[in-house]
This record gives sequence, C-alpha cells and structure tokens, in this order.
Amino acid sequence: MIPVCPTTALPPGEAIRVEADEPIAVFNVDGDFYAIDDTCTHQDASLADGWLDGCAVECPLHASCFDLRTGKVSGPPAKIPVRTHRVVVQDGMVYVQPGTPADGAA
Amino acid sequence: MSPTVAVVGASLAGLSAARALRAQSYGGRIVVIGDEVHAPYDRPPLSKGFLAGTASLDDIALSAPDDEDLGLEWRLGTPAVGLDRLGRSVLLDDGSEVRADGVVLATGARARRLPGSEGLAGVHVLRSLDDALALREDLAAGGRLVVIGAGFIGAEVASTARRLGLEVTVVETQPVPLAGPLGAEMGAVCAELHADHGTRLLTGTGVAGLAGTGRVEAVELTDGTRLPTDVVVVGIGAAPNTEWLAHSGVALGNGALGNGVLTDERGATNIPGVVAVGDCAAAWSAPAERHVRTEHWTTALEQPATAVATLLGAGEPAPTPVPYFWSDQYGARIQFAGSRREGDVARVVEGSCADRSFLVAYERDGEPVAVLGMNQPRLFTRWRRQLRSPVPTPC
Repeated sequence: MIPVCPTTALPPGEAIRVEADEPIAVFNVDGDFYAIDDTCTHQDASLADGWLDGCAVECPLHASCFDLRTGKVSGPPAKIPVRTHRVVVQDGMVYVQPGTPADGAA
Repeated sequence: MSPTVAVVGASLAGLSAARALRAQSYGGRIVVIGDEVHAPYDRPPLSKGFLAGTASLDDIALSAPDDEDLGLEWRLGTPAVGLDRLGRSVLLDDGSEVRADGVVLATGARARRLPGSEGLAGVHVLRSLDDALALREDLAAGGRLVVIGAGFIGAEVASTARRLGLEVTVVETQPVPLAGPLGAEMGAVCAELHADHGTRLLTGTGVAGLAGTGRVEAVELTDGTRLPTDVVVVGIGAAPNTEWLAHSGVALGNGALGNGVLTDERGATNIPGVVAVGDCAAAWSAPAERHVRTEHWTTALEQPATAVATLLGAGEPAPTPVPYFWSDQYGARIQFAGSRREGDVARVVEGSCADRSFLVAYERDGEPVAVLGMNQPRLFTRWRRQLRSPVPTPC
C-alpha cells in the first residue's frame, strides 16, 4: 500500500496525484475516496487536475469523463477505461493499493 | 421504408451527430457520408503526436468499440456533390444518391492554400490525415522548414518540426501572432515560445511568393527577404466546405455573416429537416448578435446534440456553451475558454508570463469573460467551470 496523505489534507471535492509506477489520482467525493489511473486514456493529461462532478471526473484537456467507481468512460472522446485502485482509510490516513481494483469495480 | 437520416461529413461533428441520434432514441437508418476514405479520426494530433510519429493511426481513431452498436451505414470516399431539398436526397460524386428524411450537414472546412503554390513539391497544408502523412515524410528528411502563418496550426507544426531537429522559421503577416483569439498582449507572450525553442519568428511581413521549379526552394517575403528552404507549411486558416450546397437553397453566409451554413442557435438551417454542425456551420450567437462560425474541436463534439434534438423535433432551449480551445506547443499547454473582445483587460491571476506558467483572466466591467492558461490545467479547469453553468451528476 502506498500512503497518500492524511484524510484532512484531501477535503471533499479535491484530488491528489500520487506517484506510482503509473501515476494514480485519488479523489474525495463527499467523504468517500476513489482512486483511478491519473493519466487520461485519450491523450496525455492528468485527471487529478480535472473537474469533479459527482462521481465522475472530467479530463481538464478534452472533457472525457470517467466514472470514479468503475473507471468506465462516461463521456467521449476517451474510448478506453482507466483502472481503478482500492483505497484504504486507516487511522486518519489515506492509502492506495495500486493494481488492486476498487471493490465493486468492473 | 424506415426513416433515414443522412449525416454528410464523417469527422468529429458527423460522428458526434450519429451518436447523438442514437442517444436521443432515433431508431431509423443513419447513413454517414464522408469524402475521405478513412474512418473518423481525430485531427488535433495531426500537428502534434501523429506528425512527430509518436501517435499511431490507431491512437487517433475516433470510433470507440461501443460505436459498433450504433448500426451506422458508412459511405466513405464518396464526397457529396449536391442536396436536392425537394426530393430530400444527398447526391454523391459516384452518381448515387441517399434519400433521407433528415440531413445533418457536417462537411467541415478545408485549409486555405497559398495562391501560386499549386503543383510545387514540398509545399504543404495540414488538415487531413493524408496531408499529415505527406508532411511527415518531408519532415523526416530534415533540413529547413518555413511555416507561413503563426496561428495555432503553424505554431504546433513549428514546435513538432523543432523536436524533429529541423531549422524552423515562422512568417506572420500580422505584427503580433494570435492577436485575434488572445489579444495582442497575450498573443505576444505565447509567441515567445518560438524564440525559447530556437524557432525564428518574423512578424509584420507578408509572403510575396514561392520560388522553385518542381520543388520549392525559397519563400520570398514582401520586405525583400528570401528564405531558402526545403519544406513549406501554409497555415493561413480554413474555409468551410459549402460549395456543394450552392444550388440547394440552403442559406449560406458571406464573409460578413460568418461564412458558412447559416443556422439558428439550435442548428436549424432555413430548410426544415436540415441542420448543420461543426466547422461548416455559422450558428447564430445571441451574445455576439451575429452568426459565428466556430472551428473549435469542442464545438464539433458538443454542438451536434443540440442540432440533432432540433432535427428530431425536441424543443429544449439551446445551451450556451463556453467556447474552449487548447494548443500544445514546445511542451507548453495553452488553454483558452470564454469570449474575448477587444478592450477586455487581461490580468495575470496566477504564476507569471516569464515562467511560462500562468493563468490570465480577461475582464470586462470587472467581470471575468474569458480565461487563458499556460501550463495551469488544474486552475484553468476551475476558471473554465466558473464561466459555464455546472450541471451536477448525483452519485
């Protein structure tokens, strides 16, 4: 598991980019944490820089939308889903498990 | 016979229209007509990754796996040559016709050429996949490149060519590049990227002609300068592909009216059952109080949903999109959103121009009306959002 930050450092509506083998973006949606690949599958842009809209993130470059829960594309131009990663919150710290899909994700 | 919609144009606007038809529960036939033989592809990478050779044809294909379910009939490589509004059919250059109950005009625009450059090898425009393949081959030989026009296409080609190791000169008629879209002050800031990366920029001088027999050898400028070169790229704008509609009865604009198929705010032309979208359409803009032809990629992506709703008889009010475009040059990401006018005041609200990382708000009467970012995607996204009305998606 990779430590991300204290929960207090990632308030609702915010995102943070985590350096891993492939960078990961971690989001706080009203107190629930989600992690997906940070790089948009369409063209090179960081999804942590994107706009959080409910459980979707909109890519800052071309407005592709991804569902944070499943990684699926919910709006073009992206064609390929992003991977989800399991997030663990323990003792006020946020961790991600790279390569382990989030619970309930396809 | 089942109802048919003909989508004339098989690029981003045409494909988006086909997707929008299905998304809005249209169950009839959809015939997509394209003049190029290629399946829909994304044009922005043609001056960047695709030209550099880092993005493949597969990478820039627009169609997604889900598009198989759209059940589209493709007529690629067959340009439309006429629209018969009484018979409601689209005439194709192979002599066939497609009868349709509704027509979406999405024929796009083509690159303007330099008069007198016809038949001279080594002179390129960049609009299509075939253009990009031809230019890529010429750039691979290295040497010198002259780019005519310092707009976004010109700047991106210059950037890619520098990366490929060419010696690059950009020639611009206007005293400041990009003054139209960004204003003189910020246009000048963005143009500094050229010098930062070893590209020579010559402004305020026009092109008198091209020299060479068979193959271009030099670009001659109006101030008498002669620029010897191996390759020339002409990036002086685009003209809408509307000539095929000349006798159709579809109202077309002239320069003053925005130069394209005239539509209302919802994409309707003057002919019932015919809508127009993307680069070929000059849609009425209430804020601008005139028809505006927008060549932005985002417009081609978003506008078809509204036009298709119009075609299908839905009556929701037209959305008021915030224009948005971006450009990637020399590793810098430039993003712009909003509607800027002469007289708006540009104010740096984050970063600095000298650092090539900044956010600039354009203000009118103290209110932000547009925003420009260089290498500030996160902050830019927030500002862009403030300029448009948010539609939250519940979890």
